[in-house]
Amino acid sequence: MKNRIDACFEALKAEGRKALVTFVTAGDPDLATTENLVTEMFDSGADLVEIGVPFSDPIAEGGTIQRASLRALKHKTNLDQIFEMVSRLRDTTDKPILLMMYINTVFRYGTEKFFDNCKKVQIDGVIIPDMPFEERDEVKEYAEKTGVRSIYLVAPTSKERVKMIAEESKGFLYIVSSLGVTGTRSEISTDFDELLAPLKEGNYCPACIGFGISNGEQAKKMASYCDGCIIGSAIVNIVEKYGKDSIQPVGEFVKSVREALDS
Amino acid sequence: MSKIGRFGDFGGQYIPETVMTAVHELEAAYDKYKDDPQFKAELAELYRDYANRPSMLYYAEKMTKDLGGAKVYIKREDLNHTGAHKINNVLGQLLLAKKMGKKRIIAETGAGQHGVATATVCALMGLECEVYMGSTDMERQSLNVYRMNLLGAKVTGVNSGTATLKDAINEAFRDWCSNIDTTFYCIGSVMGPHPYPTMVRDFQKIIGEEIKAQLMEREGKLPDAVVACVGGGSNAMGAFYDFIENKEVRLIGAEAAGRGIDTPDHAATVAMGDLGIFHGMKSLFLQNEYGQIDEVYSISAGLDYPGIGPEHAYLHSIGRADYYSITDEEAVNAFEYLSKTEGIIPAIESAHAVAAAMRMIPEMDKDQIVVINLSGRGDKDVYSIARYRGVELDEK
Repeated sequence: MKNRIDACFEALKAEGRKALVTFVTAGDPDLATTENLVTEMFDSGADLVEIGVPFSDPIAEGGTIQRASLRALKHKTNLDQIFEMVSRLRDTTDKPILLMMYINTVFRYGTEKFFDNCKKVQIDGVIIPDMPFEERDEVKEYAEKTGVRSIYLVAPTSKERVKMIAEESKGFLYIVSSLGVTGTRSEISTDFDELLAPLKEGNYCPACIGFGISNGEQAKKMASYCDGCIIGSAIVNIVEKYGKDSIQPVGEFVKSVREALDS
Repeated sequence: MSKIGRFGDFGGQYIPETVMTAVHELEAAYDKYKDDPQFKAELAELYRDYANRPSMLYYAEKMTKDLGGAKVYIKREDLNHTGAHKINNVLGQLLLAKKMGKKRIIAETGAGQHGVATATVCALMGLECEVYMGSTDMERQSLNVYRMNLLGAKVTGVNSGTATLKDAINEAFRDWCSNIDTTFYCIGSVMGPHPYPTMVRDFQKIIGEEIKAQLMEREGKLPDAVVACVGGGSNAMGAFYDFIENKEVRLIGAEAAGRGIDTPDHAATVAMGDLGIFHGMKSLFLQNEYGQIDEVYSISAGLDYPGIGPEHAYLHSIGRADYYSITDEEAVNAFEYLSKTEGIIPAIESAHAVAAAMRMIPEMDKDQIVVINLSGRGDKDVYSIARYRGVELDEK
């Protein structure tokens, strides 16, 4: 079977649309809500969903996702429960689901066992922000063996590294919009034309911009530079505010971004 | 697995892409300057004239007689300017930062010793300084917080997680991600992504080199054991490094067992930790079955870190160094013992090394020699020791 991420971007390209990737932290405020949120986001127009695996020390995250991780860990959300949740979600959705997680969670679980389980419950890709290109061998063999896409990040500081990283990234390439950690920003000033110039020539996987995107207007602008955009903290902010009652407001927010992207 | 900055399987560069170029820039600068005669001369001058090196190697005669075993020598890193070994590393890193044209320095601190050293050298070199410190540690070490303020540094409290050293490191990394162009991250121990574990060890290895030369002059031989406390492990790596090749010299690290390694309240990474990847490095960490990093505890704010530098993990794995777990009670007893016996009030961190040495010295022969690396002085700990003993001090 074709990897869902690859199929998704091919379909979007054929339709001339931009990808909307959305994020929630698993177990915030509880896993039942997360499960409903994932379904709601897909129903509201998300093309891919990233599920954040909570980690005690998320060094790439700003306050919003740090707090979400803490809320999730308070009731001991763990990776096995997240695998079970994705397994249930697979009864109702065939859209791409990814995990965003820190390398210690993969390593400690057992890298081989982790990727085998991803394949079993049909997780299509993983994003590991603290595993840079240089340490790719930590997962490469297992990711390739199981067909799970390993998505790498490119930052505004990457410059001459962009090409090398893009060649390694599978599924899509995650473009970090600005310096710093995750979290909404009022302004994103990176020169994406310059940053992404090395990818103009050649056959690379699709690229999506994330970090700091907080509304439809910003999403549209960011997606104009590449193949799509990723929204995390803006959604987690809504979950923080409404808790178990966040399904509807998150759905409305995702719809609004979808409409802006398609307009 | 990449071979970059590895000690066996340990080490590496597990950090977000955003800081990767900065780490490479640092690596290149360090490679360029570490053997540069001018850089070495400037650093040697700072060590001598500013930090008060070489630090003394003191023969602890009363302690030797009292314990009735091996001869005890104490390496007096507590007599360095700012009162701990931390200054060695900071002088090296900030001299490098200046060469790299960086204007803003960030650092993390646990007990406050590294923060004070960083604030001090920033004052000396005219650099902007921001120190991240867990708010729990700020309470425990309010004197050092004020000291950093006096030196012109901004101390930023960190409330996330356990509000201790590991959280201060998380926050410093986040700051670095945001301010990569202007900012130099001065890591305080032999930890983090390559090149930090190697670079910090190189700036601290003067401790062991001096011990070797000083003891050779005094006794005409090598010590039988070198003992040092280990949080991240910089004073221990500094003391051990020059002796690694001398296989007959036992290298003993003392890690914090807090209320006991049979309780959840400890920071004994080697005894109780598992292989993991955190704070840029593959090493041993205290963590649960899902890789969540544990809350750790020690009476010593400088030792309650849930990991250990990768070179220590390596030395442990090959059996070259041994690590003893020392409880709060043993450390406080050693703190009081050294104060009363030799008139030296050790840092509570260093008291862990004293306690480890006191375990082994009575079992050794009189012609053997143990060197204790006394990494810092204990003025900062007097209140917390009093509290531990149930003594109320009127601070007004």
